Amino acid sequence: MNPPVSDWPTRSADLSDDGILEISMGPQHPSTHGVFRMNVKLDGETVVWLKPVFGYLHRNHEKLAEKMSYLGSMPYTDRLDYFSSLSNNWAYALSVEKLTGIEVPERAEYLRVLLAELTRLQNHSAFLGFLLGDMGAWGSALMYAFRERDLILDLFESLTGSRMMCNYMRFGGCRCDLPEGWLGQARKVVDGFPAFLDEMEQLLVGNEILVARTQGVGVLAGADAINAGLTGPMLRASGVDYDIRKVDHYGIYDRFDFRVPLGEHGDTYDRFMIRLLEMRESLKILDAVLRDLPEGPILDPKSKSRGLRPPVGEAYTRVEAPKGELGFYLISDKSPEPYRYRVRPPSLINLTLLEDMCLGSKIADVMVILGSIDIVLGEVDR
Amino acid sequence: MLPLEDIRTQIMEALPGAACEIVPNPGPSGQDSLLVDSASVLDVARFLRDDERHQFDYCSNTSGVDWLDQKVSETVKVAGTDAEGQANEVEETLERVIPGYLEAVYHLYSVALSVGPLVLRVRTGNRSEDVEIPSLTPLWRSCEFQEREIFDLYGIRFSGHPDLRRLLMWDTFEGHPMRRDYQAPDETLAFASANGKEDAS
Repeated sequence: MNPPVSDWPTRSADLSDDGILEISMGPQHPSTHGVFRMNVKLDGETVVWLKPVFGYLHRNHEKLAEKMSYLGSMPYTDRLDYFSSLSNNWAYALSVEKLTGIEVPERAEYLRVLLAELTRLQNHSAFLGFLLGDMGAWGSALMYAFRERDLILDLFESLTGSRMMCNYMRFGGCRCDLPEGWLGQARKVVDGFPAFLDEMEQLLVGNEILVARTQGVGVLAGADAINAGLTGPMLRASGVDYDIRKVDHYGIYDRFDFRVPLGEHGDTYDRFMIRLLEMRESLKILDAVLRDLPEGPILDPKSKSRGLRPPVGEAYTRVEAPKGELGFYLISDKSPEPYRYRVRPPSLINLTLLEDMCLGSKIADVMVILGSIDIVLGEVDR
Repeated sequence: MLPLEDIRTQIMEALPGAACEIVPNPGPSGQDSLLVDSASVLDVARFLRDDERHQFDYCSNTSGVDWLDQKVSETVKVAGTDAEGQANEVEETLERVIPGYLEAVYHLYSVALSVGPLVLRVRTGNRSEDVEIPSLTPLWRSCEFQEREIFDLYGIRFSGHPDLRRLLMWDTFEGHPMRRDYQAPDETLAFASANGKEDAS
């Protein structure tokens, strides 16, 4: 059914056999952030052709979910983008709530925003460390970032019982209320975070090597990015003002005052800076959440997580996950399992323009460009 | 976003030959969808993308859905002989098969106008031979990997796709695992259905 490998189409015309080197980067290459492979053709050091190869971590997440109760898939969503399990939980819960028509209590809405923004902080700080690692500055930046990320993971652990596989949200709210002293600890982490950002900026912004490695590398125009479905920081680094928190106002995001940072050049440097700036905006939201968090129930008492049978229908909802638009498309036939369960993975779709960004670059830039997309293979391959 | 009925009217005005109808969504989400036949989907999609009033410049999600053949049994009265040998009307049960189909569902948004989603559905003729529908990748690059995934897992062939290969399964793999009636080969674990209707083999 499939054409043989030798017939794979090439976008770049007139590849001569002379001097063209074809290499396979990955799946075990350290810069691929997991098991991801790129077939690359090189003319000297210049990339002339690049095809990503997927599927090494494929476990057919969607099929599993279609054989399981609605609640049963909740812990599996943790394993999509395993850096941001709480965002995944929220995206899935939101979709089931839309499908079923469940309301979420006020306090749970605040808790969701609180946890999603903490997730964004730890995802973006780890991203900065990994990106520097891809450039050869292995160690320092990542250790600084992980030091801060660990404080947030401690918070997740004391609330949900797990550092990364949180499995915390439920349809119509959250699983458990905050333990004693948690808010004080969270306040300490949030208040201490700007110092880390200052430190990171001092260390990196304007750094001569970083600038040389990233400015003008992997440039992406805004219109191309929209057409290729790129979302999240990738899209905004190309100057497109599109943040789903602002567009859809899901949850209670319309109550918070924050800006959407935009890039000017759409290069790797902008994608790096966008994450730094987004963390500052997340801190503003967190500040307001910690100030305004109301008392009350955290789960709609009428909601039903076990044995849920949503009415016949379908729903597509999306959230602004740290990596981009994470969507869930569900079709219910009123049975306990979803008839169709589809994840719209931002990591996979953000790779659409990888070849276009890399063509003409040096092979060493491929790692930097790939690193600036911020993928997690658990979500790419599902 | 304009009501779906108005969008449909505008499509019919611009493209009189297009066949498109509204599929209502009975659930609380109220996301109705637009069912377009495969002959006119490219024109309709191009209209939705390029028309000033719509500007659906962003195709967010592309999803495959498998609808199995449905067996419907009807009881009808036909002429015949009853138990006593008299000519009379008797009841007879007829089984009718409503053929299934594969479906590609596109969720369109407009970044320019900040509206969406518009749900576009395209159906194949059946689930076996007639599984070709036009690819929308020439209009939205974001469909490239997602249509490859649908081709891989559902077996819809997208004509006009620049690079239609399997995405997640390996190239020599046979079958389409996301189909509702897919049977895993013996050596792999079959999944027990969550409600216990099927046994794990």
